[in-house]
Amino acid sequence: MMSAIISLALLGLGLGVMLGFAAKYLKVEAGALVQDIEQMLPGSQCGQCGYPGCSPAAEALAGGQAAITMCPPGGRALAQALADKLGVSADLSAMEDQAPQVAFVNEHLCIGCTKCFKRCPTDALVGANRQIHVVIKDACTGCGKCVDVCPTESVRMRDVPVSLETWHWPKPDELALAS
Amino acid sequence: MKLFRIRGGVHPEGRKRLSEDKPIEDVPLPELLHVPLQQHIGAPAVVIVKKGDMVKKGQVIATAQGHISAPVHAPSSGQIVGLGRYTAPHPSGLPGRTLTIRTDGKDEWAALPAPLDPFTASPEEIAKRVSDSGIVGMGGATFPSAVKLNLGARFDLHTLIINGAECEPYLTCDDRLMREHSVNVIAGVRIMARALKVERAIIAIEANKPDAIRRLRHVTQNDDVVTVVEVPTRYPMGSEKHLTQTLLGKETPARGLTADIGVVVHNAATAFAVFEAVTLGKPLVSRIVTVSGEAITRPCNLRVPIGTPVAKLIEHAGDMKVEPERLLLGGPMMGQPLSDLRAPVVKGTNGVLALSGLEASAKGHRSSCIRCASCVDVCPCGLVPLDMAAAIRKEEMEIAAKSGLMDCVGCGSCAYVCPSDIPLVQYFNYAKGRITYLQRAEHKQKETKRLADLRVERMERLAQAKREAMAKRKAEQARKKAEKATQEQQQEKASA
Repeated sequence: MMSAIISLALLGLGLGVMLGFAAKYLKVEAGALVQDIEQMLPGSQCGQCGYPGCSPAAEALAGGQAAITMCPPGGRALAQALADKLGVSADLSAMEDQAPQVAFVNEHLCIGCTKCFKRCPTDALVGANRQIHVVIKDACTGCGKCVDVCPTESVRMRDVPVSLETWHWPKPDELALAS
Repeated sequence: MKLFRIRGGVHPEGRKRLSEDKPIEDVPLPELLHVPLQQHIGAPAVVIVKKGDMVKKGQVIATAQGHISAPVHAPSSGQIVGLGRYTAPHPSGLPGRTLTIRTDGKDEWAALPAPLDPFTASPEEIAKRVSDSGIVGMGGATFPSAVKLNLGARFDLHTLIINGAECEPYLTCDDRLMREHSVNVIAGVRIMARALKVERAIIAIEANKPDAIRRLRHVTQNDDVVTVVEVPTRYPMGSEKHLTQTLLGKETPARGLTADIGVVVHNAATAFAVFEAVTLGKPLVSRIVTVSGEAITRPCNLRVPIGTPVAKLIEHAGDMKVEPERLLLGGPMMGQPLSDLRAPVVKGTNGVLALSGLEASAKGHRSSCIRCASCVDVCPCGLVPLDMAAAIRKEEMEIAAKSGLMDCVGCGSCAYVCPSDIPLVQYFNYAKGRITYLQRAEHKQKETKRLADLRVERMERLAQAKREAMAKRKAEQARKKAEKATQEQQQEKASA
């Protein structure tokens, strides 16, 4: 009876001391994770995730309040990286449904107000006062901020067209395999 | 010559008898030629003609852009009637940038560059001519040939291998070319060997082409540079890495070039094109195409101007006698499905196949993998196709890449032997495309971050500049005020 109590007490004490030291010497700065995540995010502050910018989004991610699939410009690659970073399993199938989009300026409606390119977080819109604006597709992340500010609705979001350069074979039909 | 064994491989029925004894014929010149700007690996060519321009045969209509690219020449004389998007000979059937020429029927040559003397021309001159003539790998890979002829500068080369294996069933275009133009093919090989400064050239031909072997041996009997070697008939003997291994016993490093082990491989049809470019000044404006398959009335080998719609070839071959089950560009093992008969013949098109129902679907129903490992036995690259496909099914691209997906040459041997009829090659092609897509996405994300950072920095700078200007103005005002005050004080003092 006595020996059991003593051994368990010693064990508890020993492990407690170890934990205490571990907490002190292996301490991880709480902010480090948030900073790391913020580094991984695109940093365009587009707000598509519902948070005011990438920094609050990183905090939410680190705190577990936000889903890792929340960042549309980052896409699947970022979601995968976040899943690895945070050690959570990722269900990325939902991310496939939304085709990537880019902004498109309708030249008949653009009045050259310069509002959209002032808002663009990646400088993907080019133009000048009273000149038609144009979108550099490769730089556009599809955040849609320009659509919100356009006074004439000349900016629209469009699906990125598939070209000979970007086309690839589709995945074989699983249903055909099962039958 | 001692030959070495390669891993795996399959023995599909050759079916070359359909067209191997049909001499090369000219296909009638079509009214419209659709010449795509991207017929090669690398950057697309840049158009230098306008709509409405009259062009002559062999005139440059689009120039090479960048280091890895090839120019495009007018395949016949006529008028440029369009520059737009037209169905590309591609499995997606998507349109690509294409120049359309309305032929005038005269087929008149433009002024061609002066022929080079193959015995005195320098290697650089030869490579330059090959580059200017728009010659690309004609076995189907369409890599610009001049780039491969310049490899001597970066690698220590010793052997040129000419790929006359033509291991794909049905195809006989290289066979016919080697039989009918043996002297010119050999002359092309000698020119290439000179350009590469190698001491030997080996022409490898599969044993199922005895006549080609006999004729080429006859031409090279007293040659101490060029030798003709008969290699066993086994698919995929025509894969350059496997052909090199068969002949020299050396394996090309994974994801490396054959040049890493001192070898350059060119196709026999490329050698012929090099001969024409160097000794006659003729650019690459036509090629030999095999039209075959049980659904074709009269299988044949045709000399086709680049840009001729596939429909014209089939028409010339007496149309289809039955509704084809499958239409292919290239051979049945690695060829790509053809969705639109209006698609043009390009520099890399070696065959047009219309397969009947009996030929196309030899196997039964698709079912699950039974892990028989037949695919492992036949994989010439030593991979494990069944595991790779299983990983890809679960979207685990990293695992697939780690098990060697990028070393897969896509020969289709695994899918050919699979008793469950699993589309293994499609899985691999899907995964390769998917991986490229993911890499592009990652690159875009990095780029976005860079752009966003630049913008933030710029905004910061602007704000800083504004603040400084404001501060400066304030300081100025304060100074003026102070000056005014002192002046007033002085005036006051003076008046006092």
